[in-house]
Amino acid sequence: MKENDVILRTVTRVVVFIILTFGVELFLSGHHNPGGGFVGGLVLSSALVLLYVVFDIETVHQGVPFDFRKIAAFGAMISLLSGTAAAVLGKPFLTQGFGYFDLPIFGLTELATVTVFEAGVALTVIGTVVTIILSISKDV
Amino acid sequence: MNNILVLPMLLPLLTGFVLFFLRPSVKAQKIVSILSLLSLVAVSVRILFKVREDGIIRLDFGGWEPPFGILFVGDSFSALMVLTASAVSTLVIAYSFTSTERRMENMFFYPFAFFLVAGVNGSFLTGDMFNLFVCFEVMLLASYVLITLGGGKVRLAESMKYIAINVVASWFFLVALAFLYGTVGTLNMAHISVRVAEAGQGPLLSAIAVVFLIVFALKAGLFLYFWLPGSYSSPPGPIAALFAALLTKVGVYAMFRTFTLIFYHDEFIIQTIIGTMAVLTIIGGCLGAIAYTDIRQIASYNVIIAVGFMIIGLAVFNEEAFKGSVFYLIHDMVIKALLFLIVGAMVYLTGKTKITEMSGLIRNYPVLGWLLFLTTLGLAGIPPLSGFIGKMYVGLGAVEGGNYFLLFIGFASSLVVLYSMLRIFMNCFWGETIINREDQRLFPARRLIPIALLGVLTVGIGVGAQALEPFVSDAVRVMANPDLYIDAILGEVGS
Repeated sequence: MKENDVILRTVTRVVVFIILTFGVELFLSGHHNPGGGFVGGLVLSSALVLLYVVFDIETVHQGVPFDFRKIAAFGAMISLLSGTAAAVLGKPFLTQGFGYFDLPIFGLTELATVTVFEAGVALTVIGTVVTIILSISKDV
Repeated sequence: MNNILVLPMLLPLLTGFVLFFLRPSVKAQKIVSILSLLSLVAVSVRILFKVREDGIIRLDFGGWEPPFGILFVGDSFSALMVLTASAVSTLVIAYSFTSTERRMENMFFYPFAFFLVAGVNGSFLTGDMFNLFVCFEVMLLASYVLITLGGGKVRLAESMKYIAINVVASWFFLVALAFLYGTVGTLNMAHISVRVAEAGQGPLLSAIAVVFLIVFALKAGLFLYFWLPGSYSSPPGPIAALFAALLTKVGVYAMFRTFTLIFYHDEFIIQTIIGTMAVLTIIGGCLGAIAYTDIRQIASYNVIIAVGFMIIGLAVFNEEAFKGSVFYLIHDMVIKALLFLIVGAMVYLTGKTKITEMSGLIRNYPVLGWLLFLTTLGLAGIPPLSGFIGKMYVGLGAVEGGNYFLLFIGFASSLVVLYSMLRIFMNCFWGETIINREDQRLFPARRLIPIALLGVLTVGIGVGAQALEPFVSDAVRVMANPDLYIDAILGEVGS
């Protein structure tokens, strides 16, 4: 891999952003269409895994200096807390709400609390996938 | 709407995640753990009394009503199990504070212990078949981590077996769920029960029932227990105690739930198949408990005997026997935690595992010795202790149902249990001391206290059985009359 990866590296620099955008698109469209936190998270983590494959772990860590185990725990905690918020407000656990708001640029937009839950799912997936890939690669 | 029902699962999960971030400070981890565990016990007590006041309570997640949504159901049976599991795990984790190596504490030992508790409590409370599968997985994933944590050749070999057998069992579980959903078109336990009763439990549903039986038998160590002695005897004391006290009991609980609520129509499956499995389990467990000289193996085979005994209560299938089994489940969680902690402590103190290699420990560690003696009596079911009341009711039930063979096997196993435990006690604690008083390893009071408290608990359950009796009777009434459960879940919606 050392000598001839100029093409791979150049393509990756562009492709990573396409994948990341696609991941966010999947995540957001999941509210009404196929997609959502789990799939979005998988696509987002595939971008990160591609980076780890093409560049080495140290280089990527300089750009993305996170402990992915903590990201996974943090994501799961967000999801749980979004469910707990409903319980605190006196609704059954995990109840979600939504409403329509007039936002400056977007116009009339539907905002839903389930997005917070899904964001937690996405973070958990990213954290778990990257942790698995990194711990497998370490042993080799 | 009873949000308190989700707390026994939510609280350990949240604590687990918080502990992830407290990784650098072991002390902070311990403080958060103990606070969370104590509130867990308080919440469980509250649920138990709430069920007593309001009858069966349920919580529909996100306000989705049954049979469409996922729900948690609290009846006396699940509330009793949650309370016992919470109390036992509190004491076991408190013990592990002082005995766990720093290396393991840093590798997320406590978070995964909490995830295990969350999975166990979730399995007890859920009212949805698929959710039961999910909670089983949460519990098993945590147990995979705990059993491999720390490494070592023997442990890794045993954990490979453990993981392989459980992955296969989970796959069977999934297949059984798919068959069930394909047949009755619902996963809500109460709704399944209604539809199975309407359709009659024909050959197809009976086949599905047997697949579920295999799944839960693998998890509980009923007849299919070949994986159990190895994997329960390899991890260190507190982890083995958590496994022995909680994991198999969840399998037993699930078996009681499915076969009293859903598949109660086929007498052949319940009396003949389950009864035979229980007898074979007890016989196999007894052979193992007598044959081995490794104290951890003897303790593991005692787990198997107890599972067989509880399932006799299911096979007899009347109220008295159910009552015995519920009492025995509560007793067994406490006493197995106690037994495995003592065994773990003995291995730690002497560095040896075989009864032939230890002797005279009573001079070095008198309190530990007498606690083991107490455990022996409790396991055998000597009257003032907690094992007696369960054995008595199972016996009464068996006499009432005319199942004298099951009765004989069940009570004969008590003698074998007594013999196998006395063998440990006499060989290891009597005789000439092998450790000099100067050389002996310290066993500080803070390690002894959780063990002693478990001992107090087992005496307390035996003496205070009168106070527990109303809750147990209530649990048994629901088991014997599935309509009570169904009405509480589907009553307002109308099936």
